[in-house]
Amino acid sequence: MASNEVKLLSSWISPYVLRAKIALNIKRVEFESIPETLFPKSDLLLKSNPVHKKIPVLIHGDRIICESLVIVQYIDEVWASGPGILPSDPYDRAIARFWAAYIDDKWFPNVRALLVIEEDEAKKATLEQITEGLVLLEETFTKCSKGKKFFGGDNIGYLDIALGCFLAWLRVLERITDVILLGETKTPLLFKWALDFSSEPVVQPDMPDIDKLHEYSKGFSQRLKAFDKKKK
Amino acid sequence: MATSEVKVLGTWSCPYVNRAQLALKLKSVDYEFIEDIPLKKSEILLKYNPVHKKIPVLVHGEKPVCESLIIVQYIDDAWPTGPSFFPSDAYERALSRFWADYIDTKWYPLVKVVRQSEDKEERRTLIEKLSEGLVLLEEVYIKCSKGKPYFGGEDIGYLDIILGSTLRWLQVTEIVLEIQLLDQNKTPQLAKWARSFCSGDATKDILPETTKLLELHWKIQDFIKAGYKL
Repeated sequence: MASNEVKLLSSWISPYVLRAKIALNIKRVEFESIPETLFPKSDLLLKSNPVHKKIPVLIHGDRIICESLVIVQYIDEVWASGPGILPSDPYDRAIARFWAAYIDDKWFPNVRALLVIEEDEAKKATLEQITEGLVLLEETFTKCSKGKKFFGGDNIGYLDIALGCFLAWLRVLERITDVILLGETKTPLLFKWALDFSSEPVVQPDMPDIDKLHEYSKGFSQRLKAFDKKKK
Repeated sequence: MATSEVKVLGTWSCPYVNRAQLALKLKSVDYEFIEDIPLKKSEILLKYNPVHKKIPVLVHGEKPVCESLIIVQYIDDAWPTGPSFFPSDAYERALSRFWADYIDTKWYPLVKVVRQSEDKEERRTLIEKLSEGLVLLEEVYIKCSKGKPYFGGEDIGYLDIILGSTLRWLQVTEIVLEIQLLDQNKTPQLAKWARSFCSGDATKDILPETTKLLELHWKIQDFIKAGYKL
C-alpha cells in the first residue's frame, strides 16, 4: 500500500463510521471504504482492532487508528491545511470535547436502548432522558454557535460531527416509537441545525437513507438483543 | 496569573483529581485546591458541573472544565510553555488518546469492582482481565517510551498522567486481595516505570499515601455494608 493511501473499515449503518467519513470529506481526502460484515466480524477487523473489535478503523498507510473521536482528531491534525474541525481556542476545544463525551457516554446509550427495551415504563423513561439531553444540547448549541449555523460556527466542526452522525437513526427511532424526539417545539434551534447539517455537501452523500435504515432496523433490534444477552 | 484564578475542585484520594493536580504542577501553574465534601454534592460542585455533578472540576478564570481527560488536555493547550504532554507526531498522539480511553473505559473501572467484590468467581475473572490489560499496557509502554523513562519519553506525558494516577488505588487493591497485579515477572518494564513514576519529584507530593487510601477503603467498605449508596 502506498504510504499515503487511506482506507476506512466501515458500514453504511454506523453513525461512528459516518463521523470519520464526514471528517475525511471536510479535508477532501480520498479514501477507500471497505465494507465490514459485522455479523460475524471480519478477520481484517479483528486483526486491526483487537482491543475493541469495532468499526470505524482508519488505515492510513501503515498506521491503524481506532475509536471514532480519536480518528476525527487524527484527521484534523494530519490534514492540517484543510478547514479546522476542532476549535482553535483551548477553552472552546474543551467544551467541544466535553459535549462529545456527554453524547457518547450519557446520551446515545439511551437512544441505543430504545432499540432493545420492551417494557413500556422503561421505554417512556428512556424517551424522557433522550429529550432532556437534547434540551441540554440546544442550550449548548446556542452558546457554541453564537448565532451561526453550526456548533462550529460558519462551518461544521467537531461537535456537529459528534451529534449529527446520529440524526438518521434518530429519525428512524421517531418512526418506530411514534414519538418526536428532535422537534421544532422543544428544540427549535437544533431542529433547524439538523436540516442544515444533513444537507451539507460533506454530509449528505454519506448520510444513510432513512427508509433504507428503517427497513434495516427491523432485523437489527433482534440482533442487538441477542448481542447484549451474550455480553452479560 | 494570580493563584485564585485557577482552582481545582476535588479530593485528595481521587485519581481523576490527582491527574489535574499533576498536570498543573508539570506546567508550574499555581492553583487553589478546594477540597470537596465526600458523599455530598456541594453548591460549588453543582454550580461548576451541573451535568455530571462530579469532581474534578478545573476552574480557570471562572470558566469550568470538567472530565479529567479533557482537563489534562486543556491544561496542555492553555499553558503551551514547557514540554507538551503529547508527542509531536499526530499518529502517536492518536495512540495516546486511544490508550487513555482504554484505561478509563475498559481497565481502571475493573480495579474498583474487583476490590469491592465478594464473589470468588467474579474476582478471578476480573483479576485475569486486569492482568491481561497490564500486559497490553506493557507493550504500549515499550512502544511509546522507546527506551526512555516515560510513556512520554524523557518527560512525563499524557499516558503517564492517566495511568500513573491509578497506581496507588491499584496498590490498595493488591493489598486487599493479597495478590500481585502489577507483576515484576509478567510486566517488568511497566513495574519499573510505576516505581519511577510514584517516586518522582513531580508526583510524590500529589499521589496519596497508600496507607491512607487503605484506611479509606475500609471506611468505604463499612459504609457499603451499612447500606449507604456511594
